[in-house]
Amino acid sequence: MKAAAVETERRAGGWNEPAFRALAIQVLVLAIVAGVVAFLGLNLVGNLEARSIRTGFGFLWQAASFEIGQSFIPYSADATFGTALLVGLLNTLVVALLGVILSTVAGTFVGIASLSRNPLVAPLATGYVELVRNVPLLLQLYVWYAVLTQMLPAAAAAPKLPFGVYLAKSGLHFPILHSGLWLVLAALFVGMVAAFAYGLLARRRADRFGGPPPLWPRALLLAGLPSLAFLFVAMTTPFDVPRPTRFGFSGGGQVSPELTALLIGLSLYNAAFIAEILRAGIMSVDRGQAEAAAALGLKRGQTMRLVVIPQALKVAVPPLANQYLNLAKNTSLAIAIGYPDLMSIGNTIINQTGQAVEVIAIMMAAYLAISLSISAFMNWYNARVALVGTQ
Amino acid sequence: MNAAVSGLRYRLFGSISNSLLTVAMLAAFVMLLPPLLRWAFFDATWAAASPDACRANGGACWAFIHEKYRLILFGRYPYEEQWRPLLALALAVVLVLASCSLRFGWRMVLGGWLLGTAIILLLMRGGTLGLAPVPTDLWGGLPLTVLLAIGGIVCAFPLAVLLALGRRSRLPVVKSICVATIEMVRGVPLVSVLFMASFMIPLFLPGRLQVDALLRALAAITLFSAAYLAEAIRGGLQAVSPGQEQAAAALGLTYWQTSLLVVLPQALRHAIPAIANLFIGLFKDTSLVGIVGLTDLLLAAKQALADPQWRTFIVEGYVFVALIYAAFCFFISRYSRALERRLRNER
Repeated sequence: MKAAAVETERRAGGWNEPAFRALAIQVLVLAIVAGVVAFLGLNLVGNLEARSIRTGFGFLWQAASFEIGQSFIPYSADATFGTALLVGLLNTLVVALLGVILSTVAGTFVGIASLSRNPLVAPLATGYVELVRNVPLLLQLYVWYAVLTQMLPAAAAAPKLPFGVYLAKSGLHFPILHSGLWLVLAALFVGMVAAFAYGLLARRRADRFGGPPPLWPRALLLAGLPSLAFLFVAMTTPFDVPRPTRFGFSGGGQVSPELTALLIGLSLYNAAFIAEILRAGIMSVDRGQAEAAAALGLKRGQTMRLVVIPQALKVAVPPLANQYLNLAKNTSLAIAIGYPDLMSIGNTIINQTGQAVEVIAIMMAAYLAISLSISAFMNWYNARVALVGTQ
Repeated sequence: MNAAVSGLRYRLFGSISNSLLTVAMLAAFVMLLPPLLRWAFFDATWAAASPDACRANGGACWAFIHEKYRLILFGRYPYEEQWRPLLALALAVVLVLASCSLRFGWRMVLGGWLLGTAIILLLMRGGTLGLAPVPTDLWGGLPLTVLLAIGGIVCAFPLAVLLALGRRSRLPVVKSICVATIEMVRGVPLVSVLFMASFMIPLFLPGRLQVDALLRALAAITLFSAAYLAEAIRGGLQAVSPGQEQAAAALGLTYWQTSLLVVLPQALRHAIPAIANLFIGLFKDTSLVGIVGLTDLLLAAKQALADPQWRTFIVEGYVFVALIYAAFCFFISRYSRALERRLRNER
């Protein structure tokens, strides 16, 4: 009976044979895709010729001849288009990195606040989350930018904030150190290594003798050493303090209103999403866990740190990774308020050279690379926090 | 009653830090709330022909909204004809609600959409039946925002279903094409897709074929949301038990019969919350078309604020627009929750 069925199937052959059908469909799909690509490519070649637009990546080595407001590497109008794109990429990365840090800090605060027992705090946090999540990010950026550039006083009238900081129409001005910063960074590095080493030792000790390892020595090493170094440098070298004049500020460091608005807008927007993710993560931990920890005599802080948060992170990390990806991609909204990120510099270059295909390909590749690196990092982190056996 | 009071007292003043928090919050409320209320309501100017009255009163200048709301809501669409986009907007909302209500079969829904789209386009473009023609570059404001969001998700839907099914396909070529498309689109920002559409579509099409800016933006939004929608639908597909597929195969159904009649209807039910979230995101993201020069709700408000007479009333203008966006998003999320509940009860 079975043999007969196989026999009919084999005799049927052709379209009714699964293997043949699979092959035929795949060849067909491939042919359609190749056809569409060829059609578009031929059109592209014809159109580029008709409009006499040059092709190739040679333009990357030509002089850009436009200024960029903010750059972390040496750049002038004589530099090449390639350098300009690099400046844009760095500006994008700086915003993404600072945005991730700030929004995580703010989101953690809001998330904890929304779980507060206090009937005044929790609704406020929830209200913030609901309001911010339901209004487009671009609108929020416009508002912050307008507030920072139109509603703040001019340099001469700007009020002096603590530590010699000024917030004026021209941006955030603050005192800087021209030398000695390396010492602070070195102290930070030493502190990180020492804290890591202490963590390993403390864990080994805890494994042998029981009891959770204390947190304060690590916090002291991480925060204390750089603070000491900073204090030392601040006492020995003079600060370059911004001074308001009639036409602006002289001296000091400055963060442009574009960057400030972008950072505030991006961080507050993403903080609302991160707060929700963390809240959901903490809520997902069974109440019995905290009760059991309390029954074992753990304090509230210890319960949170040793029992609840490790389990909450397991739930929260994948959506958190998604949120960081969104933040990195949303830095491209910088173009709307004139911060020179990758997208806005790419747009300028397209307008100057007309080589849209190449520039857009470079930009897309850069964003893809950023997205893939964030995914890779968060996958690694997720594997670390996931429960053993559930990875 | 006593228990409630003591419970409240514990939650407000249970510990020293909590008491401090409560006091600080109360102080902040007392300090901030009265000035805010005075600004927004008591000292506000509700209607005035010139901003001088606002400056005299000192509070919020809602007169700006009173003066400019037609410009903000409809952009540069000819003033006399603005009933047409309003009608089109209402029709689009009714179409979405009717198809989501699940009271009609798919033939009715499809027919309704075809007819509705034709009427909406007729209303917006005019040119026949005595309606004055209005070119697409004059379309703007709230109707443009809503039409882009709905048009984007409706056009993306078939594409997303194909991508989601393709990603689960056993055919390696089909699968890799779908995975590459989805992951590439999800890896880049919407702004870059919009730029790509506005710069590259003219280069990729034959010279005679001109695509206007609105259609290019719609194409970009469609492609972008299709990738995310495909992932939402894939999530739904994974929630359908494999027994369903096997049972359909045992009954002799073909792949497409199995997918369209058995698996997808169940998968889409599971995917409703994810799709609603996507739609909320998409509704907010349509504001990015302003960057490539389409006068959507947000850009129309920005242009209204460019009037030198009224340019200082940033907060009033943006609060008005933010309330519109928030109201739409709030409504979508409530509606999707109600839909979910209804489907759960029916099962």
